Amino acid sequence: MQKPDPAERVAAMLRIRRFEEQCILLSKAGRFPGHYHVYIGQEATAVTACAALSAEDFVFSTWRNHGHLLARGAAPDRMMAEILGKAGGYARGKSGTLHMAVRELGVPSTSALVGGSLPLAAGAALACKRRGSGMAVAFFGDAALEEGACYEAMILASLWQLPILFVCENNSIPPAQRKRGQYTSSTLPAAGMVDVPQALRIRAEVVDGADADALADCFGRLVPEVRSGGPRFVEVRCTRWPGNFPLWPELPSGEWQLAWAFGQTADRADLAAWLEQSDPLLMYLRKRVADGELTRAQAQALDARVKEEIAAAVRFALVSPYPDAEEAYRHVLAEGAR
Amino acid sequence: MRISFAEGLARAISESLAADPRVLLIGSGFVGLNTEARALLEPALREFSDRILVAPVSELALAGAGIGAALAGQRPAVDLSTGSFIFQAFAQVVNEAANVHYMSGGQSVAPVTFCSLAGMRGAGAAQHSHRTQAMLGQVPGLQILLPGGADDAYHLLKWALLESRNPAVFISHALLLGETAELTEGAPMLPVGQARIRREGRDVSVIASSITVPRALAAAQAMEREHGVSVEVVDLRSIAPLDRNTVLKSVAKTGRAVIADECNRSFGVAAEIAATLAEEGLASLKAPVRRVTVPDVPVPYSPPLEAELTVTAEKIVAAVLHVLGPR
Repeated sequence: MQKPDPAERVAAMLRIRRFEEQCILLSKAGRFPGHYHVYIGQEATAVTACAALSAEDFVFSTWRNHGHLLARGAAPDRMMAEILGKAGGYARGKSGTLHMAVRELGVPSTSALVGGSLPLAAGAALACKRRGSGMAVAFFGDAALEEGACYEAMILASLWQLPILFVCENNSIPPAQRKRGQYTSSTLPAAGMVDVPQALRIRAEVVDGADADALADCFGRLVPEVRSGGPRFVEVRCTRWPGNFPLWPELPSGEWQLAWAFGQTADRADLAAWLEQSDPLLMYLRKRVADGELTRAQAQALDARVKEEIAAAVRFALVSPYPDAEEAYRHVLAEGAR
Repeated sequence: MRISFAEGLARAISESLAADPRVLLIGSGFVGLNTEARALLEPALREFSDRILVAPVSELALAGAGIGAALAGQRPAVDLSTGSFIFQAFAQVVNEAANVHYMSGGQSVAPVTFCSLAGMRGAGAAQHSHRTQAMLGQVPGLQILLPGGADDAYHLLKWALLESRNPAVFISHALLLGETAELTEGAPMLPVGQARIRREGRDVSVIASSITVPRALAAAQAMEREHGVSVEVVDLRSIAPLDRNTVLKSVAKTGRAVIADECNRSFGVAAEIAATLAEEGLASLKAPVRRVTVPDVPVPYSPPLEAELTVTAEKIVAAVLHVLGPR
């Protein structure tokens, strides 16, 4: 496996974080109407998983899809326009934040129903198996295991030996339990989440979602296994970012500060603790600075570049017009011959 | 060549598998508990066994896998067996398949076919007798194919498997499997979205679909024979798309309409046709329309109770006489 370029990895994680911060600010400013979910605190998962994939693979996500799409290579400006319901969005404003999809990147449809994408991912994996190349990745949260769709999709994956990687992003657990031990997840009565796929003969493991290096190793190993050996399940244990606890996301202590990785402390105690113990971006950055692969000045330059890219995306989205009323009637059915 | 409805299904499946390697079958029931019809399917299931997936009893994921495979370039048919079982798969059929193209702003297509054997089939009772077309008709993005004869069983299923660009729910009926029709080899299909005039007539239009088509035809024969009344029978063939024009043209000609529909009375297919006639065809009506439907009750098990609710040729005859008025 190729060793990732640390600067690229930091930039990829920063791109998601800065994008999500702007979403929160735009929502608070009343620039888009609905509820939404941000990926802050889980960036390392999407970035390392997508880095292990090929262009022909399929990615299925959830209502919390911004991070997966950005990691897959989606354009921040078209994504932001979609979130604002503008004509410049990938679906011309018809998907909004919850169902964002980019067909050309192998993200054909995104379900905002808990567990909704898992059967779709199994089907895409079936198509990959039939054509003899490619695989599917399904990202979902811990609550998906409370849905029958998840169980049924795992049955198909195991029975048909499909090339599918189930990535359960469990963001419900405290930091000390990320690496080992039992935990209380949402409301799943299983002692361990991985017990469920294992009962269906799907090999499953746990990885620390705050450790980008561990994640890269994990996906770098599992993706080839899936291609040649069938379904795998990984539970990524993340600790929820404090801004994701309120009903509507908030920015505790404002936008993320690079200085927090270099000795400065955040105002809010819960955020400060989360940054120290659970922030995959901050922890990765510190490690690379410590081992001399990156300097603070380089990180600052990366952040400035990413911020400008996201600012440009916001500008694009804001000036993009709303779709014409006629757009409401388009794409109910695909037209023309196949 | 005269073929049965079951033969039509078997031919459509077999020819589609042979014509396009992307066609695959998720499950292989399709004709339910009918052993004769199953025997007709056997050769195709043997010949193309590599494209027929063993399906666990996981309707929700099977439907979703069909959609996902379609999104990724395959052309799957998912056997959902008895029509009522589509409820086990509803989240995927209604909330995923139907929305894929629209939510992606036209980026993605999901040409998947959900096959079900719906309707009041005799002793199915409340949990195996649903007619799901009207409730599915409330879901934009789905095509709902509803063959009323063997010819359309063949044509519509083959079209769904080979030509359609959108998700389709193909609803056949257990009591239609033995019905026969003439099929001309190689003749072009009446396009999907066009109703079929099954019998031409002058005095009354009977608008029918699925199992009510042969019953409407029987009623039309009885009216001719016993009352000298000429009944036109319109077979809707699909309710999404719905061919309102053919219905309106027929009623413009006859001036009278009876709608025979196996859905429950309220909010059924008949209700939509009646609303169309009220909005756009009132000037041609010489009498109020009459619906022959299933009362708004669950379907009971006991044969005389089921018969009480069934849309029969006799009930259609009575409705035709009613719209003709005293003569």
